[in-house]
Amino acid sequence: MSLNKSYWLFSRYNAFVGFILIILLLIMAVVGAIYTPYDPLKLDFHARLQSPSLSHFFGTDQLGRDVFSRILSATSVTATISILTVLFASTLGTVIGAISGYIGGRLDRIIMILMDALLAFPGILLALGIMAVIGPNKYGIVVALGLSYLPGVVRVIRGTVFSIKEKEYIEASVVTGNSEIYTILRHIIPNCFTPLTVISSAMLGGVLLSESALSFLGLGVPPPAPTWGGMLADGRQFMDIAPWLSIFPGMAISFALLGINLFGDALRDKLDPRMNQL
Amino acid sequence: MTVSNTKKNKLIEISGLDISFSKNEDKPLVVNSVNLTLEKGKMLGVVGESGSGKTMLALSLLGLLPPGGRITGGKIIFDGIDLANATQNQLAKFRGREIGMIFQEPMMSLNPSLKIGFQLKEGLLSHQDLNRKVAHRLCIEMLEKIRMKEPETCLNKYPHEFSGGMRQRIMIASVLLMNPRLLIADEPTTALDVLIQKEVMEIMVDVADHLGTTILMISHDLGLIAKYADNVAVMRKGIVVEKGKVDEVILKPKHIYTRELLASLPQRVSDASDCSEVAFSNPFIQIEGLKVQFESSSGLFSKAHIIKAVDGIDLNLPKGQTTAIVGESGSGKTTLGRAIMGLTKSQAGRVLLKGADITNLGKKMPKRLRKELQMVFQDPFSSLDPRMRISAIVGEGLRLQNKKSLVDSQCLIERTLAEVGLDASFKDRFPHELSGGQRQRVCIARAIIVKPEFIVADEPVSSLDVTVQSQILKLIKKLQEKYEFTYFFISHDVGVVEQIADNIAVMYRGRFVETGSRNEIFKKPTHPYTCRLLESVHQLSSNEAGGYQLSSRTVIRHEPPKGFIYDDEFDKSNNEFQSNSVQMISLGGTHYVACRPN
Repeated sequence: MSLNKSYWLFSRYNAFVGFILIILLLIMAVVGAIYTPYDPLKLDFHARLQSPSLSHFFGTDQLGRDVFSRILSATSVTATISILTVLFASTLGTVIGAISGYIGGRLDRIIMILMDALLAFPGILLALGIMAVIGPNKYGIVVALGLSYLPGVVRVIRGTVFSIKEKEYIEASVVTGNSEIYTILRHIIPNCFTPLTVISSAMLGGVLLSESALSFLGLGVPPPAPTWGGMLADGRQFMDIAPWLSIFPGMAISFALLGINLFGDALRDKLDPRMNQL
Repeated sequence: MTVSNTKKNKLIEISGLDISFSKNEDKPLVVNSVNLTLEKGKMLGVVGESGSGKTMLALSLLGLLPPGGRITGGKIIFDGIDLANATQNQLAKFRGREIGMIFQEPMMSLNPSLKIGFQLKEGLLSHQDLNRKVAHRLCIEMLEKIRMKEPETCLNKYPHEFSGGMRQRIMIASVLLMNPRLLIADEPTTALDVLIQKEVMEIMVDVADHLGTTILMISHDLGLIAKYADNVAVMRKGIVVEKGKVDEVILKPKHIYTRELLASLPQRVSDASDCSEVAFSNPFIQIEGLKVQFESSSGLFSKAHIIKAVDGIDLNLPKGQTTAIVGESGSGKTTLGRAIMGLTKSQAGRVLLKGADITNLGKKMPKRLRKELQMVFQDPFSSLDPRMRISAIVGEGLRLQNKKSLVDSQCLIERTLAEVGLDASFKDRFPHELSGGQRQRVCIARAIIVKPEFIVADEPVSSLDVTVQSQILKLIKKLQEKYEFTYFFISHDVGVVEQIADNIAVMYRGRFVETGSRNEIFKKPTHPYTCRLLESVHQLSSNEAGGYQLSSRTVIRHEPPKGFIYDDEFDKSNNEFQSNSVQMISLGGTHYVACRPN
């Protein structure tokens, strides 16, 4: 009983911290898109590798660019890409999953084989391959990451649709004389929203990390546009003389992930209480 | 309670027990100052509808209240120890050894991955200092007591190899093996078919009697309690409204709620006149030789075998009347209803609606005909889309009727809701805010809003409480009188069928064994299966004094027509009847029985 109570308190505290971190992230993203103290792309060779100070909160990098401005700007790039990717994967995944689950049979088997084939590649490797074909630009990353996260969504939605399909209200819809498309849109997809929200919030953290990893490998948004992963990669060479170049982007990634995961867990507990026991 | 109560034959005394689920003082208690005494070796039945707190009462004896629930007052004295204030460690000593419990769902309460023998011995070995040989012997003895054939082989089998009734018997055995002084049975037979219900109850009472075990039986079924229990307590909203000896309570119910409960038991409304041959010659729906088969693959590599869910059914549904299908679960009655609606594909035979062939039309059925066929589903909790408001659910059928303005359809939705006894305030609610009975009313509203001629009702009342059940049945009847609906009523409950049906078909293993009008079936049941089915129901019938009496239906067994014998042998090994030459033989009027030439 008391254990239960402290668990709830803990969980609510978590949700609060996660929520604050996410709000902070969004504010940074919006601000970064509109205003930064310095031009994040402007080189200034007189001010190279300066340590954090009042004029440069997070210091400057090897080309004299303001790290704080670059992080702000990178936040908006990363947030846009992550959110677009999640939207892309969950929309496409819902459509494919719903069709696969509702129609079933041979079509379902073909779709699932394709998804299994996608799953067989490590996510980042798959994204790398797709990026190599599409070329490194913002939308290339969205498609590449989206496709590598697609199978997860498809599987969850398909499973949900399978169970909803057996519910009597679907038969009631058939008895009423509704078309199949109407039944899917009106009765099946709205009832997938709960698992979809849960999986999307879980996916967001993963996507953000993958995007940073791609940029770290130099396959994300092409330079000189700032990204957290790219900044981390650049800072690596100056680790011993200018550690702030790695610390601040690293902290940005960590706090963003922490916020998203805490909030995602809280959301899952709220929407899907059965998962609590896991 | 009873006068004869001396201190010695009390096993448990519950006094002033309060159970609460919220810290808020204003919220009603789930169990509210309950005083009960369990006499040694007797059975106390606790009756009440769902939500009356009867299960919570039982769970509190074991200290197993679900999270959030706690005992806020009162005492449970068992052997001088107050269980209400005992620590978990103290309670653990009572669980199993002193107090055993049987749950409702036999499919869930046995571990599917362990052999029966292991599960039986587990409790024995952990509670008592026995060596394995003795434990083994005790298990065998207990299995013999619950009338299991070949107890030795039983021990080496897994739960899935047994039917629901067998599993419940094994559960009873595993609990009684510990020789507890109190057995708590929470709706032990609710998940079982009537025929099996009777068997399980009799075994439970027999063995408990033999061992001198006291039973606390929780049930919503007053008939069952009346038949087996010694004492009864009627609960409502956490309060025991009436208690006493069973005979006294049902013979002279004092509390208004007890009377209500008794009055809502299914009873024959009136001796309606038999429907004439004329009605049959002009059927609304004709079913000819309908067969539905499913393929079931039992193992990964084993050959799929075919299950004949509906095996050659002929039936005429006369217009404006209620035709009921009665049979145990797995007899194919639901499949038959679904096949008529086109929700399940049939492999052979035809379904004719006013002469037009609608077999297997399913989703392709033209709107004009679709509108005529509606359905009310069994489970009101899964038949309403949880994300839609009531008005949207009820009004969905109007979408395809077109030519209706928004205002008109809102009016019609309100009118239809009023018709099923729900006021307009329900329009904007969501299904989860409604009770089971209200949901079922919404389901009925959804079916009747398009003014169909034919409604399939698949166990529409079997998941509802007795009092709600009778209200819904009355509603269904009332609507039929007003709109002359033709009903196809599927039920496993003989009492409900007797109350509502004009014509009855008894279904067994995919075939009809007997068909006829209500009077023909109930007054002159002929087929052995029909007789067994009718005998299994304990009826409480009202007497002149305003009380009730328990009466088992006495069935006079009739000989089959000359030159024929009943085909009662069902070969379970290959799911086939012995013979394929079964015919429906007329017994006069509209009464037919299945038998085969001798």
